[in-house]
Amino acid sequence: VTRQLLTGNGAAAWAARLARVDYLPAFPITPQTEIIETLAAWIDKGEMPGKWLTLESEHSMIAAAGAAAATGVRVFTATSSQGLLYGMEMLYTVAGWRAPFVLVNVSRGLSAPITLEPDHNDILAARDSGFLQIHCATCQEVLDQTLMAFRLAEDERVRLPVIVNQDGFYLSFTREPVLLPEAQGAAAFVGDYPPGNTQFRASAPASQAVAVLGGSPYSYFRYEMHLAACNGLQVYDEVSAQFKAQFGRDYPVLEQYHCKDAEFVFVMLGCFATKAQAAVDQLRQAGWRIGVLRPRLLRPFPAEALRRVLLGKRAVAVIDQNLSMGKGGILYTELASELYGHRDAPLLVSFVGGLGGRDITQEEFFHMATTLREAAAQGVSPPPRLLYTADELREVRKLQAVAQVERQELKPR
Amino acid sequence: MSEVHFGRMKDLPSTHLLGTGTPMCAGCGGLQALHEIYDVLGEKTVFVNAAGCMTLLSVYPFTPFRGSWLYTAMACAPAGAQGIRDALDILLQQGRMPPDEDLQTVVLTGDGAAYGMGLSATSAAIERGLDFLYICYDNEGYGNTGQQYSGATPHGAATATSVASGGFAGYKKDLFAIWAAHRPTYVATVIGAEPLDLARKIDKAKQLKGPRLILALAPCPTGWGFDPQQTTEIGRLAVKSGVWPLKEYYEGKVLHTKAPHPRVPVEEYLQTQKRFAHLFEPQRNDTLIGEIQRRVDRYWEQAGN
Repeated sequence: VTRQLLTGNGAAAWAARLARVDYLPAFPITPQTEIIETLAAWIDKGEMPGKWLTLESEHSMIAAAGAAAATGVRVFTATSSQGLLYGMEMLYTVAGWRAPFVLVNVSRGLSAPITLEPDHNDILAARDSGFLQIHCATCQEVLDQTLMAFRLAEDERVRLPVIVNQDGFYLSFTREPVLLPEAQGAAAFVGDYPPGNTQFRASAPASQAVAVLGGSPYSYFRYEMHLAACNGLQVYDEVSAQFKAQFGRDYPVLEQYHCKDAEFVFVMLGCFATKAQAAVDQLRQAGWRIGVLRPRLLRPFPAEALRRVLLGKRAVAVIDQNLSMGKGGILYTELASELYGHRDAPLLVSFVGGLGGRDITQEEFFHMATTLREAAAQGVSPPPRLLYTADELREVRKLQAVAQVERQELKPR
Repeated sequence: MSEVHFGRMKDLPSTHLLGTGTPMCAGCGGLQALHEIYDVLGEKTVFVNAAGCMTLLSVYPFTPFRGSWLYTAMACAPAGAQGIRDALDILLQQGRMPPDEDLQTVVLTGDGAAYGMGLSATSAAIERGLDFLYICYDNEGYGNTGQQYSGATPHGAATATSVASGGFAGYKKDLFAIWAAHRPTYVATVIGAEPLDLARKIDKAKQLKGPRLILALAPCPTGWGFDPQQTTEIGRLAVKSGVWPLKEYYEGKVLHTKAPHPRVPVEEYLQTQKRFAHLFEPQRNDTLIGEIQRRVDRYWEQAGN
């Protein structure tokens, strides 16, 4: 084991290297590009085996990734944001092929307006694709969870591709100390690629991904995918137990931070949950019984585990770094569906924040905690809140004023 | 290049590999070409398909192919072929698969994918030097959805989306030239109605490495409006009138493999199909017929024939 300062992107690249991937189809996009540059350099210098190539789009990249996995080799790829959406048709398609491979998504807000900084609308757009989803909060997790993702994808009870998500900039470009497993130990953990029954060979002709006629066979194969995705919960638990036994680091489906005795809980995805943890440290010093709950696995959805932690709490703030236009926070909706109808379900309060890299400040966490306490006291949830400060609004008004002045300036007189 | 296997009609394969009973329309010119192509290519192939009529060849649990098949999506069949080819090469290189298990990677798409949505993926596969064979069955429209016009539709053809008098206002895109401009290993036009010319080209392509692209005109009874029994006759007329030049691009040169002398007037070809009926009924449109004829004449003049 060596200890290195690695960015989230560096950690993802190391995971692909340690998993001994055979094939790396790629396409550059910010903030993911460092992953593929790092891997390309290693392969070009002969430091790692494997074939690397750039496709002309993410749509083609995901097609090539799925086709190679369906032919019987281990595949890794990565993208972000617009790239994930450009490849969306193929995300659904290759998941239906039951082609197991690992894709690291480096989250970034979606156009329009176009931006480079992160939120989770990109990854959540892939929510129903058939890819399983693991969400990371540290660079160490990016490395470890990517190694685990190969095991999860390739397990015969699952056989589905997996997306490992990390937040752009906050993880992708932030150096943290990361423990690098020895190559041999990582290889032993991940194992050889099991092609299963997906391969193309002259002696064993196969038709993959053929059309079906009618809803009956279609439903059958779609149900099979769903059930395989659900199997991912059990397989994830087994894989994480083995990972802990071998490497000593524990990754249960839910990360719980002071949840046990908490009356109030923040629920979040991704690395902004560490900001919530810092706020919880301060709130606890002020006498609050409050915690943070962070699902690592979003698909399959760890419903039972979430209920075990959250039933009996007084109030829960779901903080979504995404926005479903005309509906609101997506994680809030998902969580509500799992708690509905349970007698000791907590009050749920929806907050949306951190879009396009916007910070969520400690003061805002304190404010959300106060809102939770008031809601619990009154027994009523307030309407969903879109986090925004008066200062921010003033800054945007300034930008608008500049835009107005410039427009006047350009007007023909 | 090894010896020519197909000197005359008698040399064509007498056993046919592609199964029958597919859901293709009666008289499908694309299926005719595919039968002939498959007989030469053989079963050590994996067909990578894009959305189109032929997606319905393999409907669970049946397939007419003795070899393998992967359906991708409309835009990215060449990228699917890339993934398979690369994976097979990796397996061969690492000794994880014996060489006799290897397969020819074949892309099969219609003109909708080839001329339009899939052109970017095709261009990139050629530029990467992918070792594959691309077969486009070109029925000059989005046939599977009822023959709306595509980038392959000829000038003047009535389609489901060009019903006004005068038919399709655009001009058929020169995909052969676009492909050849990439300087791939091999490009050829073929037609099922000329099986010997087709077999020679497929045989040649089979023995080469790198990007090899085949454009097959596919007379389409339902889309073009003719009786299924006329498929071969209309195919021959397409060649004899000079509307469909049979040619190949190899080692930087374009060679016409069957230049018609003398050419029959294009109206003999046009008259056979309902999509051009408006050129003749209720009254003859000499202007448009003349324009179509002049474009064909100009092509052959420039080709030096």
